Amino acid sequence: MVERNRFGNLVPHLVLWIGIIIVAFPVYLAFVASTYDQATIANGQMPLLPGTHFFENYYRTIFIGTSGTTREPVGQMLFNSAVMALSIALGKIAISIISAYAIVYFRFRFRMAAFWLIFITLMLPVEVRIYPTYKIAADLNLLDTYAGLALPLIASATATLLFRQFFMTVPEELVEASRIDGAGPFRFFQDTLLPLSRTNMAALFVILFIYGWNQYLWPLLITTRDDMQTIVIGIKKMIVTSDAITEWQIVMATAMLAMLPPVAVVVLMQRLFVRGLVETEK
Amino acid sequence: MAGVNFSDVRKVYPGGVEAVKGVTFDVPDGAFCVLVGPSGCGKSTLLRMVAGVETVSAGAIKIGERVVNDIEPADRDIAMVFQNYALYPHMTVYNNMAYGLRNRKVPKPEIDRLVRDAAKILEISDYLDRKPRALSGGQRQRVAMGRAIVRQPKVFLFDEPLSNLDAKLRVSMRVEIKKLQKSFATTSIYVTHDQLEAMTLADMLVVMNAGLVEQIGVPLAVYEKPTTTFVAAFIGAPPMNLLRVQAEELAGIGGLRAVPAEGGIVGIRPEDLDLAPVGSAPEGAVALPLTVEAAERVGPESFVYGTLDRGGTVIVRLPGQAVPSIGEKATAVARHGKLHIFAADGRKRLDS
Ligand SMILES: Nc1ncnc2c1ncn2[C@@H]1O[C@H](COP(=O)(O)OP(=O)(O)OP(=O)(O)O)[C@@H](O)[C@H]1O
Ligand SMILES: [Mg+2]
Repeated sequence: MVERNRFGNLVPHLVLWIGIIIVAFPVYLAFVASTYDQATIANGQMPLLPGTHFFENYYRTIFIGTSGTTREPVGQMLFNSAVMALSIALGKIAISIISAYAIVYFRFRFRMAAFWLIFITLMLPVEVRIYPTYKIAADLNLLDTYAGLALPLIASATATLLFRQFFMTVPEELVEASRIDGAGPFRFFQDTLLPLSRTNMAALFVILFIYGWNQYLWPLLITTRDDMQTIVIGIKKMIVTSDAITEWQIVMATAMLAMLPPVAVVVLMQRLFVRGLVETEK
Repeated sequence: MAGVNFSDVRKVYPGGVEAVKGVTFDVPDGAFCVLVGPSGCGKSTLLRMVAGVETVSAGAIKIGERVVNDIEPADRDIAMVFQNYALYPHMTVYNNMAYGLRNRKVPKPEIDRLVRDAAKILEISDYLDRKPRALSGGQRQRVAMGRAIVRQPKVFLFDEPLSNLDAKLRVSMRVEIKKLQKSFATTSIYVTHDQLEAMTLADMLVVMNAGLVEQIGVPLAVYEKPTTTFVAAFIGAPPMNLLRVQAEELAGIGGLRAVPAEGGIVGIRPEDLDLAPVGSAPEGAVALPLTVEAAERVGPESFVYGTLDRGGTVIVRLPGQAVPSIGEKATAVARHGKLHIFAADGRKRLDS
């Protein structure tokens, strides 16, 4: 970057800080709200500094849950969400890398047909095919199971296309060198293609984990038991009450907890993630 | 050890491009065979069929006594060096070289010995722990060579291995490749379109054109006696001067048992021409009056480009740096016995 004078740096920084405050302030408020007792918030006060009930509130949230609406401790919800998001992310990556491998490197009958079928599913996200998908899940006894939560969301055209594009940039000679070196299709996949795809997989993992974590409609349909619901559903259920007071401090604590895993994934995988987006190791 | 035998090998790519149109020849055991020809003539295709990374459409390729048409590349006992090296980017230099051996279940200590030996020969022992990304082009080239020699294959295949190197490095690697090949005495097939590389490396030169073999021979024999005008123009730099001549002129030159009625083509290499002042050509010599168009002085020698009075252009190669000035008239005189005479269609040599 070209060195600028102080004033030139001031304006961008100012804009940046305004942006950060706008984005971060609600999050901060939620955190503050999660550290007071129920009465303070119910009275309509909104202090700007954290209160004293931090440990009490978070302990209750994780291990006990709200007294009225959901009864389920949020710890269980976190676990359910984690299982779902991880299965979706890992499942999608596994399925799509394998199908992209087949489409790019093998010449079989109906190869293009297979490719177009996958491509067309791009136009059919879960929301569009929700009824048939639900019917199938129900017929297979997948309601209220982890498989039911994750499987229908795993088939992924986007990730397949991404890997396909990446594989097509891998030089043809690498395949030929592998063949001469005595590596069959499986060894080539395992020894060359997978390591080369590492950064791509990491980038996809971050995106897909967040995608899975934030799922709302499908978990809402497929889970009925309290102990199977995900944290996103849990928050919603805590709020919708007609005859009881919403325990806002618990809701806010749950919201904070719901944010943590995606943030952790982004922070931990940041380096790989950025590399996967901007460069390929070739 | 094994030779390679091509019999009527053809290749038709899906889509109908006929890249190789029936090629038959033998590469004797231990020979260094260079395939040379212009871009798109099918050299790489032929080589890749030997490697097994391209299928053979018709005919047979034998390595040793075995027809390899339907044998997997790994089982053909060949090693290939690619133009872009095709090193595994995520593996260290050591693993790049060891990979093929591991897949063949060679015992670990043996792999270690082979890799370190090869690294020593190629002087890359210091880089064994680096990834290819951290190497210069020349070093990558050496690793690619190393990957080929650790396996001690029956046949080495090279597809323009030096064309990504700078001119100086190319010359030194060329010498080294030749030395290595001689010390291993392994049959090698080497593709290039650099005719200097072809001349210096080959025991056996195969000139290809449009999917067919034009001429096979020892490099100097091909140079001295090209059988077609294509070979004549392709081998040698600057290229041979080719002049279309009428039957009566051809008869005047002599050296032919029968002069074809439609005339022919006379070839003269630039170094077989001398420049003489106008009108001073010796009696009976082939003399070509010309006007000097341009002159290039490259140090030890100079090239003079002229337009012939009879039409056409000619290049004369002169020793030293004395050249006539541009626009000057002169006569190019051919040295005695250095003419090449071809049929009018250029497909056949008429003198012996
Ligand atoms: N995979 C392919 N599919 C269709 N046609 C091909 C394929 N590979 C090569 N060809 C064609 O076959 C012909 C010979 O190609 P080849 O690569 O053997 O040429 P080459 O002699 O190696 O040329 P160069 O010196 O440029 O490398 C060319 O006309 C090329 O367009
Ligand atoms: Mg080529």
